[in-house]
Amino acid sequence: MIKTSYVSRTIAELKPSGIRRFFDLAANLEGVVSLGVGEPDFVTSWAVREAAINSLEEGFTSYTANAGLYELRAEISRYMEKQFHVPYSPEDQIIVTVGASQALDITLRTILNPGEEVIVVEPCFVAYAPLVTMAGGIPVTVQTSKADDFKLTPEQLEAAITPKTKAVLICSPNNPTGTQLGQEELVMLADIVKKHDLLVISDEIYAELAYDEQFTSFAAIDGMLERTIVINGFSKGFAMTGWRLGFVCAPKEISEAMLKLHQYAMMCAPTMAQHAALEALKHGMQDVEDMRRSYRRRRNYIVKSFNEMGLDCHNPGGAFYAFPSIEKTGMTSMEFAEKLLTEELVAVVPGDVFGKSGEGHIRCSYASSMEQLQEALKRMERFMNNHGK
Amino acid sequence: MHLNEEELEVLRIIENNSRIDLKDLAKMTDLAEADMEITLKKLEDMRVIVRYLTVINWAKVDEYHGVTAMIDVKVTPKRGVGFDDVAKRIYKFKEVQSVYLMSGAYDLSVIVEGRSMNEVASFVSEKLSTLDSVISTTTHFIMKKYKHDGTIFDQTEEDKRIVVSP
Ligand SMILES: Cc1ncc(COP(=O)(O)O)c(C=O)c1O
Repeated sequence: MIKTSYVSRTIAELKPSGIRRFFDLAANLEGVVSLGVGEPDFVTSWAVREAAINSLEEGFTSYTANAGLYELRAEISRYMEKQFHVPYSPEDQIIVTVGASQALDITLRTILNPGEEVIVVEPCFVAYAPLVTMAGGIPVTVQTSKADDFKLTPEQLEAAITPKTKAVLICSPNNPTGTQLGQEELVMLADIVKKHDLLVISDEIYAELAYDEQFTSFAAIDGMLERTIVINGFSKGFAMTGWRLGFVCAPKEISEAMLKLHQYAMMCAPTMAQHAALEALKHGMQDVEDMRRSYRRRRNYIVKSFNEMGLDCHNPGGAFYAFPSIEKTGMTSMEFAEKLLTEELVAVVPGDVFGKSGEGHIRCSYASSMEQLQEALKRMERFMNNHGK
Repeated sequence: MHLNEEELEVLRIIENNSRIDLKDLAKMTDLAEADMEITLKKLEDMRVIVRYLTVINWAKVDEYHGVTAMIDVKVTPKRGVGFDDVAKRIYKFKEVQSVYLMSGAYDLSVIVEGRSMNEVASFVSEKLSTLDSVISTTTHFIMKKYKHDGTIFDQTEEDKRIVVSP
C-alpha cells in the first residue's frame, strides 16, 4: 500500500479546486448547456492552426532557446509596446512559458522567500493562492465586494500590507467577476505599492477582452515598469487555451532569475505552439478584434437578461464572465449551482470556489454561441420563476 | 454614407443571422427595442440592408435540379456610358444572379443559374453572346460548392470543450 506520508505536507494540505468538484458533477449528466467554461468558444483561427501544421511539416521538432524563439519574443516585444505602451526588450525581459499558468508559477517561485506574503485579491482565479503556497509563500486574501464592483480599494490594499508583504497579485479584467480596473484606480493602487516598496504581479491574460474602456497595463503606470511583472498569453484573447502558451515580462534582474528556474524546470515552451503564436501576433489581430466584438454583444445580452429575470448583475467591463448575485434566492452559491444543474441542466460555477467573497454569486461564462446562451437563459428564467423569491 | 457604431453593429449581427429576435438584437447592441426598430427601418430605407436571405445548400436536396455557371465576358465599352450600359442589359435577365465588373483578363463576371446545363447553355448562346457589345464568353459550370458567401457547407462545428473549466 502507498503511504500518504510519501506526499509532501504542502501538497497534502492543499484543497482540491472547487471547479474540479463541480466539473465531476456536471460531466455525468447529458444535455447540459454549459456556462461553466472558462475558455473561448472559438476554435483557434485557421491561419494559426495552419502555421503549426506547417511548422511540423518543415520539421521544427526540436527545443527552442530557453526563453523562447527569438523571433517570437521580438514580436511579443512589439506587441506589448504597440498595444499597451510598455517597452520590454526581447533579449532579457521576456520569457515564453507554458501558458500564463507556468508564468505565474515561475514568477512566484522566483520572488518568494519562505514565509513572505503575497496579497491575493478575491474573488479570483482558483490557482492563485495554491501557487503562492506551493512557492513557499503565504497568500493573504483581500475580499472585494459587489458594492465596489469587486475592485480592490486603496484602503483595503493598505490594510493588508505587513512587513512580510512581498507582492500584490492583481487580475484585470478579472476571472470570475469580469471587473476591469481603470487607469485612475491603478494609479491609486500604484502609489501604495511604491510607498511600501512592493512588487505587482499583474495577470493581464484577459487584456484583449476589454469592452468599454481602453485596457491599461499596470506596467504602464508611472514608476511601475520597474516593479511590475506582467503575465500574459495566448489562451484567451487568441482562443488558444490548448496550445499552452503564455509569456511573462519583467524587469531584467527578475527576468534573468526567472529564466534560471524556467530553464531547469521546463527547458522551453513547445516549439510548434511558438510558431503558431508567432503567426497569431503577426496576422491575427483582426481575429482578436472580431472575437472581442462578438463577446461584447453576448455580454450585453446576458447581463441585461440576468437583470430582467431578477439575477442582480453588475456590468463586467472585460473577460467573458458575468457574476450575478443569487442572494435573494436564499441559497448558497453551491446549492444554487447544484439545483440549477440537476433541475434545468445548466452548468454554472458556484462563486465561492473563487474565494469567500464570491459566495452569493455564480460565475457564468458567456463564451458560448448565442443559441446556447438563449437556451441557458430560458432555462434559468424558469428556474428563477420557481425559486426566485 | 456614414453609419454610427450601433448601426454597424446591427449589420454585423444580422449579416450572420437575419432571423434573430428583435428583442435579443436590442439587448446585444444595448439599444431600446423601439430604437432598434427605427434603426432597422432606416437601414432598409437607405438600402444598406437590401434583402434578408437564407443560405441553402441545395445540393443536399434530391428534388432540386439546378446548375450554376460563372461566365467571363469580354465587352467593348460604349462611349459615354462605359460598361454600365451593357452590365444593365445583362443583369435584367432573371437567370442572372450576379454581375461584377472585373479587372484583368475579361471585363464582366456573370453568374447564371438555370435548371439544367442546357438551359444555361442556351441562355449564353442566345441571349448573352448575341448582345451587341459582347466580344466573347467563357462559361465555367460550378461542380460543387464547398463554401458560399463565407459559409462552409457540410460542416457542423461541435463544442469540444469540457463542461466546466477554470
Ligand atoms: C486569470 C487567469 N489567469 C491565468 C489563467 C491560465 O491561463 P493559461 O491557459 O495561459 O495557462 C486563467 C485561465 O483560466 C485565468 O483565468
